[in-house]
Amino acid sequence: MENFLVYFYENKEAIFVIALAIFLGIEVISNVPSVLHTPLMSGANAISGVIIIGGIILVGHATLSDTLNLALGILAVFFGTLNVAGGFVVTDRMLDMFKKKKKTK
Amino acid sequence: MNNIIESIGVTQGQVILELSYFIAAIMFVIGLKLLSHPESAKKGNLWAGLGMVLAMTTTLFLHKQDGNGIASVNAIIIVVTIAIAAFFGIIVARKVKMTAMPQLVSIFNATGGAASALVALIEYSNPANPSALITLLGLIIGSIAFSGSIIAYGKLDGKVGDIFSSVMTYVNLFLLIAVIGITVYMLSADLSFGAQQTLVYVLFGIAVFYGIMFVMPIGGADMPVVISLLNSFTGIAAAMAGFIYQNQAMILGGIFVGAAGMILTLLMCKAMNRSLLNVIIGSFGGGASAAQKEAGTIKEISVSDASVLLSYSQKVVIVPGYGLAVAQAQHICHEMDQLLEEKGAEVKYAIHPVAGRMPGHMNVLLAEADVPYGKLIEMDDINADLKNTDVVVVIGANDVVNPAAEDEPGSPIYGMPIIKARDAKNIIVMKRGMGKGYAAIENHLFYDDKTRMLFGNAKDSIQKLVSEIKEL
Repeated sequence: MENFLVYFYENKEAIFVIALAIFLGIEVISNVPSVLHTPLMSGANAISGVIIIGGIILVGHATLSDTLNLALGILAVFFGTLNVAGGFVVTDRMLDMFKKKKKTK
Repeated sequence: MNNIIESIGVTQGQVILELSYFIAAIMFVIGLKLLSHPESAKKGNLWAGLGMVLAMTTTLFLHKQDGNGIASVNAIIIVVTIAIAAFFGIIVARKVKMTAMPQLVSIFNATGGAASALVALIEYSNPANPSALITLLGLIIGSIAFSGSIIAYGKLDGKVGDIFSSVMTYVNLFLLIAVIGITVYMLSADLSFGAQQTLVYVLFGIAVFYGIMFVMPIGGADMPVVISLLNSFTGIAAAMAGFIYQNQAMILGGIFVGAAGMILTLLMCKAMNRSLLNVIIGSFGGGASAAQKEAGTIKEISVSDASVLLSYSQKVVIVPGYGLAVAQAQHICHEMDQLLEEKGAEVKYAIHPVAGRMPGHMNVLLAEADVPYGKLIEMDDINADLKNTDVVVVIGANDVVNPAAEDEPGSPIYGMPIIKARDAKNIIVMKRGMGKGYAAIENHLFYDDKTRMLFGNAKDSIQKLVSEIKEL
């Protein structure tokens, strides 16, 4: 129990952010028309690419002689970027089609 | 100002970095909020994307660890890697056909999960890491999201079949216990650095394998739910990694997406009237429904009869399903609806929330074919109107129009909201054959007196209809 309290105190900022982010996520999604479910899922997927920041920090401070970790880190940056770049572009493409509709109307 | 900042023991760069993370996090939230309205969606995507670019750029230039910035060699490696990956990602995202969109989202989700797992894998042995537990959780969740998404992709693309045997339930249970067991052991036992290193790779391997086994028995039709769930996992894994770096943008972005993905998953389950647990365990099909044998006969309709029926109808409602997507029939379908409108009919599309392979799949597909947005009517709005509809044309949809959802309490889909196609005066069902839908249950609608079947590939059938209607 005491460990838990210490853990909470030491990480209180993060825990606050987590709790509020959960409510925020639920709130934002709840009133979405089903038309937008696919683009929204795709957009959310692109945002989950924030892991790229971790990849950049990792490779940024990696020792070049530590080949294994450097290689894995580069792979992480590569994958993270795929997630981010591909995710946002695909979402944009999906949404383009809705926009085109508006103009012809 | 510089002096004031330095007087609190930080550099100006650090302050700017943290400020940029704050702004990026806000941009993610605003972005996703804007994404949830049709008019502002495109702007929302841009906001979130710019937030990401901002956070990436400032991290590259301003991030410091133990007082050292990122060395130029490392920075060059990062920039080159990002450039190559971005090039590939954008090319693939632009080239892929709209019908393959769900697969693509699944693949991108897999890469995100892989990145999270790799970061956790490396950071586990970093002595500065604030929490071994969070790191291992990030590793496990990221790995499952990675391999699970790959399998989900394979299933959507038809490369991986549905393999299910009751043994798998036990294997999965064993794997889950192994994952938890190893995690607890690593956290509690006093192990040497070498042993920890070995175990973390073993855990990574088992988690990846568990992801495969977790998705394998789940039916192809449930993949939208699975992808949404795994998308949520990727977000959570990214947040765990954010915890390692005490990075608020990563924590907020990750958890935010995790929560949003989880709600979306539950909404999708609700639309199918099933619990998430039911989807995961995969008890669909078989059971009560298998006992239901069909009485009644199937009545076919010829293309020329169908075209006459359609041409002289006042109100036509088209119910699209996955078959339309598979046959790539959306363009020709739009041509048909324009043709019918020229003849004075009113044509609308009835969109079931879980028609197709992803929520909103049909909307995306029909939008690609330039079907005006206003013609797509959601299920609840169209149902009341169906009684006055002359013809309902069901194109490659099955379970979403199955009256068993209303009539048979024993049916697996009982209680699922459906498009009440049977209320219409006439029903034409386009289907490739008499195969059952993904829920693998009989559909009484096909045997209804008002129903006529038009067998064949949807694209070919509509093509023939269009040429017939033109000649009338």
